[in-house]
This record gives sequence, C-alpha cells and structure tokens, in this order.
Amino acid sequence: MRIAPASDSSLFISFGDSISLEAHRRVISLFHAVKRLRDPRIHSLHPAYSSLLIDFDPLQITHAEVEKLVEPLIAERLTAETRIAESSPSNLPPNPKAGGQIEIPVCYDGEFAPDLAAVAQRCSLAEEQVIALHSGADYFVYFLGFAPGFAYLGGLASPLHVPRLSTPRKQVTAGSVGIAGAQTGLYPNHSPGGWQLIGRTPLSMFDASSRPPSRLQPGDRVRFRRIDRSEFDRLARLQASR
Amino acid sequence: MIRVLKPGLLTTVQDLGRRGFTHLGLSPGGAADCVSFRMANLLVGNDSNAPALEITLLGPTLEFGVAATLAISGYGSGSGYGTSASSSLPMNEAFEVAAGTTVAVGALSAGARAYLAIRGGLLIPEVMHSCSTFLPATIGGLEGRALRAGDEIAVGERTQGSPRRISPLAVASLRPQPGPVRVTPSLQADWFGRATIERFHRQAFTVTEQSNRSGLRLAGEAILRSNQGELLTEGIALGAVQVPNDGQPIILFVDQQTTGGYPKIANVIAADLPRIGQLRPRDEVRFQSVTIPEAVELLRQQERALREAFAL
Repeated sequence: MRIAPASDSSLFISFGDSISLEAHRRVISLFHAVKRLRDPRIHSLHPAYSSLLIDFDPLQITHAEVEKLVEPLIAERLTAETRIAESSPSNLPPNPKAGGQIEIPVCYDGEFAPDLAAVAQRCSLAEEQVIALHSGADYFVYFLGFAPGFAYLGGLASPLHVPRLSTPRKQVTAGSVGIAGAQTGLYPNHSPGGWQLIGRTPLSMFDASSRPPSRLQPGDRVRFRRIDRSEFDRLARLQASR
Repeated sequence: MIRVLKPGLLTTVQDLGRRGFTHLGLSPGGAADCVSFRMANLLVGNDSNAPALEITLLGPTLEFGVAATLAISGYGSGSGYGTSASSSLPMNEAFEVAAGTTVAVGALSAGARAYLAIRGGLLIPEVMHSCSTFLPATIGGLEGRALRAGDEIAVGERTQGSPRRISPLAVASLRPQPGPVRVTPSLQADWFGRATIERFHRQAFTVTEQSNRSGLRLAGEAILRSNQGELLTEGIALGAVQVPNDGQPIILFVDQQTTGGYPKIANVIAADLPRIGQLRPRDEVRFQSVTIPEAVELLRQQERALREAFAL
C-alpha cells in the first residue's frame, strides 16, 4: 500500500500497481467508507483500478489529518475482508448488486477505426483477428473517469495490449472505442484522448439529464456486438430521434 | 434582461464549480481564475459563488434591458475596455449602467480571462449543483455552451449586502507576483531522472495554441522519463503536470479529465491555479518547486489578502 500527497490539496492511496479484482474491491470499499463520512473538508474522490485520490480543502485539513481519518477505514475493511474470505470462497465482483449485462453495438469499419491497422501490425495479427478478439470477450466496469460517463473496462485479451498514442489526439469523436494497455473504453463525448481507436458505437454513453446520467455503472458486465455500417446508421438515427 | 449582441471569443457562464462528482468522471470545473471571479462578485455585492460571465481574450458586447450594477475583474489595466460611447470601462470597481446601455468589453489588455459580474448574479438553472459551463460534455451554463449572439439572460437575486469598493493597493495585493509558477512534486516525479527534474525547473516552456480550460499544452525541450513503464490509470489532481511520451508537458486544468495514465512530474500549487487561468498562448512559463507546507501557506496568504481587501 502506498499513501502519498499528489498535490497540496490531495492525498493518493494505492493498493497495488496492477489491475486486480482484489485491489479494486478495497478501492470501492474505501471510496464508500470515505463518502459515508460526509466530511465537508473532503471535496471529491477519484476511485480508479487500484487507487483512490482524495481532494480536500488544505486550509481546513492537512494531509496527515486526512491520512489519520482514512486509516481506520482501511483497517476496518481489512477485517471485513478477512470475514468475507472465511465465509465465501468465490471470487465475488466488487458490486454484485449492479452487475448488469450490457451489450454495446460497435462498428469496426475503417473510418471509425483510425488505429486498427497500426494495432494489428503491432500485435502481429490480422485486422479481423483484432476485431474478433475485442468483440469476443466479457468485460467488467471498474470505474468511471477521464470524462463524464467514461467507463474503464477490464478484460481485454492480452494480445491486444498496446501502448497509448505518444501524442494524444486533440479531438476524439463521441462513441469512439479505444484500447490502451490492458484497458478498453468508449469516449462518451467529443474530447481529447490518447487511446488507440478501433471502432465506434452509435449509442449515447452519457446524458446529464438522465437518471442515472451514465449508461454504464461500476460493476456492470459488458460485451461488444459487432455491427456493420448500415446497422450503425440505423441505430444512430434511432438514438437521435430520442 | 441582458441581450448578447456579440458573444466575444469564448464567453461562458461560470461559478466556483461542481464539487463531488469526480467519481462519475466529472471534474469540478468553475472559474479558471477563481480569485478574479470572487472579486467581481464581491464588488457588486453578490455571494461569491453567484454565476457570472467568464470572458476569454475578447469580450462580449451586451445590451442591458434593465439598469444594472456591474464589475469586471481580471488583470487588464482597463485601457482596453470601452462602451459603445467609447469611454473606458472601469476595472475592479462596481459601476452602474442605465437601462438601454450597450456595453462592449473589447479585447483584454492583459491576461487571458476577465469576469463580468452583475449585481444579483445571472439567473441560470443549476445542473448537478452548479451553474458552471462544462464545455467538453455540454453541461451547465447556457445549454452547456458558450454565449452566442441573440442569447438573453435574466438577472437573479444572489445579492449579499451592498456593492463594495476596494483600494487600488488592495487590488495590487491580490495580483500575483510575476515569476515562476510554483509546483510540488507529484506521484511519478521519480520516473524522471534527477537531471531531467532539474531541467524541468530551470527551462522555459511556451504555452501552445492547443490550450483550453481542460489543459494547457506546453512546448519546450522534451522532458523524457527514465522509467519506460506504462502507468495504471489513476486519479488526477487539479493542476497536475503530466508528461506524455513526447515529453511536452500538459497542465491539467479546471475542465480536466479526472483520471489518466500519463506520468505526472509535478502539480501546480492551489494558490497559483488562478495564474494558470490567465496564461495566453505564446506566454512563457517556468516552474519552481516548493514544499507542501509552503504551498498551503501561500494559499492562506492569498485567502487572507482577499478577506482583508473586502473586509470579510
């Protein structure tokens, strides 16, 4: 475990530097425990794969005080974890209540997949194999971040693990499907982005007026369904008419 | 009613931001220079979080259907401001306009942003507890977008006492000293060699045109890391200086992404974030390392100066 200041107004707590359900369970648990404190000195929380970043008002509370505040919550979790481990041998997902199975249609055609050829070349695969691997796996929503409604999905087939672009794109089109490292995800809005783009969904992923505003929630299971261009256009028209 | 005749380059409704939604991927947003923003509101006697206009480089032309009390805060000397009658508009002091007046803010003479507050604040619906415009996801403000010609905005009732005056000396005390932007080391500072870190604190960077409220892209001699690992995506603090593989740093700013996977070499201190909001493309930036207690003390001093200026 690592606890360190990220800035004069934030504390970073990490449970490891790789993606694991175990570390993520601890993140989500600590996230909820800190949220339950409803401490006005704590402004916001950024859960990620294996870490939680806590933003706070440095004029009201110090890093050491925040650390003291969360320490028992981490310890509490460890005790609870031991109990769970004793009572349940299974590998429970962090949020069994959510856990919906969501299908996202994706078109992998060239104009939506500017990095598909480069990814295929880098992975020594045919483009069709990249598409088959990407659309053939079960994914798991770890957390939302980067942009409103951007869900980080775990479960990407290891042959598709590629680095981010060396220079992020200034503009990625909404709905674009990207891969980077062991992750895949969808850009809910037009935004800058450094992931390699291999497809696009016609669905809207985030709408501030909806409840909930995000199509994907932590704990959801996701599959990508390959669609052709005419199906993409049909679904895009359907989405626009809503 | 206030009618927008010309929108200016990029004029948005802002307040102090929407806290507490970073776990949904929503950054707090809000005024890019929160000190100038608060000054503008305090000058007209508003609560300091009342929605006001954030002006970028070139200001709007507004027609006031009603009499109003306004204040414009920012770095400009005031010489660049004029009404349709081409008399100059005062900076950092409240002034009144009669019904039917047209106010043309014009080009900012210094800094990148100014704030135009109207006594009572702008009447804007809250989205997720804030009126601030978040352009990347078209949330908040006026339909989540910048002002356009023809827009009409009503005035609200967010007054808190009378308009206030502050002395030129107090205004000067709130203006940051020129010099390097102060930073604290960030989580991946040790991914960069010692010589690289030293150079990062010594060399000058230029703010590029590809800069906005989400991030300021800098250009300079590449800052290359010694650790070539891929970083597991993690939360990003406001003002983080991340370094992509091309070695050109990006300061993540108010509309920033909440998580990311590029290593962060440093983090701008909270007291210097308003200065980041005043950087223009082609401005030069240097960084200076301070400790966290020093950073917090600088923030405390800034807060004290603001409170003393307005006798809060």
